[in-house]
Amino acid sequence: MPWAATPKDRLRDLLILVGTIVFTYVFVGLSPMNGKLAYFSIFFLTYAILTGTYQGVTRGSAAAKDAVVSSIVVVGAVATLIPITSILATVIAKGYKGLSINLFTTDMSLATATDPLSNGGLLHAITGTLTLVAIALIISVPLGILTALYMTEIKGRFMKPIKFLVQAMSGVPSIVAGLFILSAVLYPITKSSSGLMGALALSILMIPTIARTSEEVLLLIPSELREAGVALGGTQWRTVAMIVVPAARSGLITAIILGVARIAGETAPLLLLTGGGDKVNPNPFDGPMGSLPYYIWKSFYAGSEESITRAWAGLLVLIVIILVLFISARSLSSRKVK
Amino acid sequence: MSIAVDPVKPREITTQPRLSDRVFRGIVTTGGFSSLLILGLISLFLGYRGFEVFRNEGLSFITSSEWSIVFDESGNIVESNFGLAAMLVGTILCALVAVIIAVPISVFSALFLNFYAPAWLKKILVAVIDLMAAFPSILFGVWGFLVLMPSVEYWAKLLNKYLGFIPLFEIKPYFATRSPFVAGVVLAIMIIPIITSVSREVFAQAPLDRIQAAYALGATRWAMIKAVVIPHGRSGVIGGAMLGLGRAMGETVAVFTVLNIVFQVNWHILLGAGGNVASLIILKFGEASPYEIKALMAAGLVLFVLTLGVNALADFIVKRTGKSGR
Amino acid sequence: MTTIDMISPEGRKVLGTGLETRGVHAWFGKNHVLSDINLNFAAGSVTALIGPSGCGKSTFIRTINRMHEFIPTAAMAGEVFLDGKDVYAPGTDVTKIRLKIGMVFQKPNPFPSMTIGENVLSGLKLAQIKVANKEELMEECLTRAGLWKEVKDRLDAHGGSLSGGQQQRLCIARSLAVSPQVLLMDEPCSALDPGSTLRIEETVRQLSDSMTIVIVTHNMQQAARVSDHTAFFLSDGGPGEMIETAPTSEIFSRPKDKRTEDYVTGRFG
Repeated sequence: MPWAATPKDRLRDLLILVGTIVFTYVFVGLSPMNGKLAYFSIFFLTYAILTGTYQGVTRGSAAAKDAVVSSIVVVGAVATLIPITSILATVIAKGYKGLSINLFTTDMSLATATDPLSNGGLLHAITGTLTLVAIALIISVPLGILTALYMTEIKGRFMKPIKFLVQAMSGVPSIVAGLFILSAVLYPITKSSSGLMGALALSILMIPTIARTSEEVLLLIPSELREAGVALGGTQWRTVAMIVVPAARSGLITAIILGVARIAGETAPLLLLTGGGDKVNPNPFDGPMGSLPYYIWKSFYAGSEESITRAWAGLLVLIVIILVLFISARSLSSRKVK
Repeated sequence: MSIAVDPVKPREITTQPRLSDRVFRGIVTTGGFSSLLILGLISLFLGYRGFEVFRNEGLSFITSSEWSIVFDESGNIVESNFGLAAMLVGTILCALVAVIIAVPISVFSALFLNFYAPAWLKKILVAVIDLMAAFPSILFGVWGFLVLMPSVEYWAKLLNKYLGFIPLFEIKPYFATRSPFVAGVVLAIMIIPIITSVSREVFAQAPLDRIQAAYALGATRWAMIKAVVIPHGRSGVIGGAMLGLGRAMGETVAVFTVLNIVFQVNWHILLGAGGNVASLIILKFGEASPYEIKALMAAGLVLFVLTLGVNALADFIVKRTGKSGR
Repeated sequence: MTTIDMISPEGRKVLGTGLETRGVHAWFGKNHVLSDINLNFAAGSVTALIGPSGCGKSTFIRTINRMHEFIPTAAMAGEVFLDGKDVYAPGTDVTKIRLKIGMVFQKPNPFPSMTIGENVLSGLKLAQIKVANKEELMEECLTRAGLWKEVKDRLDAHGGSLSGGQQQRLCIARSLAVSPQVLLMDEPCSALDPGSTLRIEETVRQLSDSMTIVIVTHNMQQAARVSDHTAFFLSDGGPGEMIETAPTSEIFSRPKDKRTEDYVTGRFG
């Protein structure tokens, strides 16, 4: 193929790369900087300058800018990836030490902060988180999807204000949601911490996520489909239920998964509302309810080496749960149509 | 064939939608109004609970910086002073640092993913970044304290040493590792996936025919991006950045571990003072007396209004640039 | 060019007694886009609506099956009679009207979440009509639409996997499944290649045996090939009007109005 890179092009690229590496090591060695960050930044800077100059000299300023930008975008991507890898690596490395069978079979009701890791586990935290998420889903999914449907199918007079409100609601800080439930429900009505309180606060955070993603997805459904459905004699609700929603199905599921992921690790409202118990509590209406975030928080602040390892282990479990959610959402939505 | 003169009046179309449709519309409308209801209730309850404190403190609740409450032996309040200024400044500062760091990185990542990365790499990276958006904030809090902070300390000292003449980077006495800078970096890392995602989607919607037209005119990749993609996506990116900003302002546990709550208005990002309203609430909640809780509610209301304001501004900007930005 | 014969209604099996519009006007907000359209569509006939773009032909047919009101700020006046009954009469069930008056759109729009087979039967599902033998109906509709041979082995394939022409025939089959009396076609071939266009025109001729067809088209040759009757629409900056209507052969050879003559001879368009 005439447009493939010639050996000469490849050699030139290699030369520039090697030159950059050499320069980087020399420069960093001589300067007060140290560490991976230094190497990365000098490498990219040099590479950008070299390729930019080369392109500028041979092909003009537009090509030079293009070459420099090509380096910059790679830097951007790398900068995004470095923290992710660091976080994942740390969680796995440190959390791994805390893993054991009893982690999943016992709770912390009989263990103290400095007990060895063979004592106590986070069963209560897992069941707690699952309970909270389940209740939040029951409340949020209908409200979220109905809100989206209002904005895309009914398009009533209040469409713009409601859209703004949903946007505003998604910016509510989680702690404010917690304070709200505290003042509106816990203090006046139930007077004690429980799982339900936490779930209510989580719903406030979940609804806008589901509503907005669902709305986006529903809007992507071309209006010709709705027209075709109505022209065939369908009522509005049947057109929506049988044509629009199935066409948007994978997107709606993604919206729900995003909602769950949003709240699975939410800590602040739970700190205010759930009491963070150490025992498995099957009753969401009464008694302190543990949860993974609360467990992690408690363990971290207990301060001892064992409890910090517990915190990492808890984080590892939380990440794995989120990962599983994630993967199932992706495979679900890619199994059906594009 | 045509009727002249008197304009014909349009006809009243009096069809009642079917019962099933009316029920459907009723249900959907009710659901749709839930957000109005919830937001209204939030303002109501927080305002109600915090009212007493607002009345006692007046404007100094926002302008002064202290948090003290003194009891006498029988448990009555002798004196109380609540002022959030330091925390408000801290909230804004940390969030700004986060956005300033995050937006360029996110935009370039998004450009990389959409226009530079080979397809297989893009798929993997997009999945990874979306996964990161789902990371819980407490993970960032713990990691931020145990992993990031020590390495940031090194770089902050370097910055101060060589660039300390810029007031922003100046730290006079010894610098504390827990500072708005560290918090800002942690927050930046948290919001990068969100902004990248939004930017990526917006860039992907750049009209293909215009892209191809640019290439056909001989534009380099960057020239095409500058001419077609960025103008098209500008308002979307701003929207994403605002989303990130709002998120950063309300974060609690992600930065609680790396912030020093000190009641002193602090604009020096490398100095460990100031704080963040959300972290303050968590800090004081555990042992707060009922009156103090009212103050915390009031603080929550202030935070709520602040984030609402930022979101409204974001909305406004996006709508305005959306119209003229193309 | 084939000549279109005028065959009397009695010579064909037809449903219903035809379609008539009286004094139909249409507005979008304050914008008057259609003025006083009076047209008669004999049962079993194929009528082409021709005219330059923007003169309201599509809007007009949308007033016939009450799709016009779908658009916010849309308004209409006049009456549309199907089998002697005004479809806009108060108390009419709109969804039932749309079962009797079907529509095929300019851009083929099969439902993406359904297979080919499900697409054909989707009208039944939407209107909750029960049918004794689904497969038979599916085959019949696809055959009448001229698509059966091509898809009979892949009825489970995804609806969007067909070519443009095939998708449009699928949409035709879909409309046929609910047994309409009238089929409105809004420039059904404008997004298709000439081969598909001819296939669909053939389908239209065959379908006219059992229903009344109104087809909006930009293509005068198509109108000449396919229709018994033609109506010429024109707008001079104001609302669109129906200038002339006549049997197709006459309108092309001996148009009565000068504007019609100018259009069909290609002096503008």
